[in-house]
Amino acid sequence: MNETSLPESTPSLQRKLEGRALRSMLLSILVWISAILTSIPLFSVLYMLSTRGGARLNWEAFTELPPAGFEMGGGFGNALVGTLFMVGIASLIAIPLGILAAIFLAELGPNSKLATIARFSAKVLAGVPSILAGVFAYATVVVTTGTYSAIAGGVALAVLMLPIVVLTAEESMKMVPKIMKDAAYGMGCTHTQVIWKIVLPTGMPAILTGVMLAIARASGETAPLLFTALFSNYWLIQDGRLDAMNPTASLAVLIYNFSGMPFDNQIELAWAASLVLVIIVLIINAISRIFGKPKF
Amino acid sequence: MMQQVATDTDAQPAVLAMDCKLNRIFYGNFLAVRDSHVPIEKNKITGFIGPSGCGKSTVLRSLNRMNDLIEGFRFEGHVQFIGQDIYGKGVDPVVVRRYIGMVFQQPNPFSMSIYDNVAFGLRINRYKGDIGDRVKHALQSAALWDEVKDKLKASGLSLSGGQQQRLCIARAIATQPQVLLMDEPCSALDPIATRRVEELMTELKKDYTIALVTHNMQQAMRVADTTAFFSVDISGGSRTGYLVELGPTSQIFGNPREKLTKDYISGQFS
Ligand SMILES: Nc1ncnc2c1ncn2[C@@H]1O[C@H](COP(=O)(O)OP(=O)(O)OP(=O)(O)O)[C@@H](O)[C@H]1O
Ligand SMILES: [Mg+2]
Repeated sequence: MNETSLPESTPSLQRKLEGRALRSMLLSILVWISAILTSIPLFSVLYMLSTRGGARLNWEAFTELPPAGFEMGGGFGNALVGTLFMVGIASLIAIPLGILAAIFLAELGPNSKLATIARFSAKVLAGVPSILAGVFAYATVVVTTGTYSAIAGGVALAVLMLPIVVLTAEESMKMVPKIMKDAAYGMGCTHTQVIWKIVLPTGMPAILTGVMLAIARASGETAPLLFTALFSNYWLIQDGRLDAMNPTASLAVLIYNFSGMPFDNQIELAWAASLVLVIIVLIINAISRIFGKPKF
Repeated sequence: MMQQVATDTDAQPAVLAMDCKLNRIFYGNFLAVRDSHVPIEKNKITGFIGPSGCGKSTVLRSLNRMNDLIEGFRFEGHVQFIGQDIYGKGVDPVVVRRYIGMVFQQPNPFSMSIYDNVAFGLRINRYKGDIGDRVKHALQSAALWDEVKDKLKASGLSLSGGQQQRLCIARAIATQPQVLLMDEPCSALDPIATRRVEELMTELKKDYTIALVTHNMQQAMRVADTTAFFSVDISGGSRTGYLVELGPTSQIFGNPREKLTKDYISGQFS
């Protein structure tokens, strides 16, 4: 007897195999099409922005203040500074707070009541429309300080970033292999040492990916800034003095304002500012990919 | 069942690194191990063998209080080590683990450089001397130095499985613990890497005392000076592990006292 003979090829087996090959090919085509469809919006947006906004992307755009009414020229320098400043404030609040909260959720009391509540709140917060973050900052910062400000805008963006940081950082820390933590305990580490010397550094690339996503998200938000930072036609830093307690410009709000104006100059600037915003987001995403290589 | 502790018939009484009286070890309500007295001789390799689930790992992990990390773990008994009971009042499990190192079944280097892996324990202990010296010495003792001396900055995770395991051994001995606990350290390795680690263990016993869990009876025969055979008692509907017999390896494999041991080593019972 032949030991390694294949089953005899019968017509019915033949049909089955052909059917399988056909289904597999159809599925491949389907996923290809889906992948192409998914990338169409990004590439068409990039194409449109560079054709319409590329021309105004010059030195002046980055260094000048926004033009008023029928003025020609001008730029969005103060809006770029405002966006960077407010995203910076938001990061200063949301990143440390989010990572510390994630340490609690992942390591200190993963099954505690507090953790369950915090995790649930973060998930809800992550899904809440972004304008509500603005409402929150309006009620807490604008109302109490009596002014629209960069600080209020930063707080609103922090509220948006916080759940993203918390949830991704918790996930990242939970992915650190248990055998790695066991090794540290086996060397005589305390729980605190295991957290700071093993869990955090090992999870850091993945944590940074989440942080970058949160920053990218905050950079482009308009709604939370509309009634927290408002807008301004002046520089955030004037004569060497930082003015964080007055209305502040941002790229997102500038785009929102200018795109609706009946002046070609402003509309062109809105396109250019959009291009800058998308480039910022792309750069942040690229950085997060560099960091994001898992370390284990 | 009566437990039997082999007394060295020839010459002077053995010097013990640890004397472990494991009366009862629980996970929650589950009695995992009972009535086992395991003396561990200094500068010797004590092998733990026995069927799966008989509690070898449980016993081993009780010897440096690793099990304290498991919820529901409860220990009744005494483990004498450098003149005191590591389960005594006021003993900090964290400190115990600095004196009694552990090598795990799965190689588990940290995701940091080879150098930092080995230096880790020294830094935790705020070692004041020359860390570089100690790292080199530990890597040499672990028979890894020649393979990694040109890439100490490379990630520990970039090494092969066998190299990773030797790195873990280097990491464990860098702080010069008195005792090394090894839980099936070769089970994830190929035969050649296994041989290297076995040779290494035989080398290391000059300076260290080793307790070794192994599923591989040839390995126990090759490296263990003393062998402890554990089994499972399934009477009463539960599965409780206990020490059946402990003695010089040659006696356990050549002339076992207990029928259970004989059946196990002749492969009639897994
Ligand atoms: N963390 C734990 N929680 C609850 N029960 C456990 C735990 N670890 C082990 N056990 C139980 O204790 C008993 C002994 O397990 P142990 O891992 O010590 O056996 P072992 O002899 O090392 O087995 P193996 O040879 O398969 O590694 C088993 O019945 C097991 O189910
Ligand atoms: Mg085991």
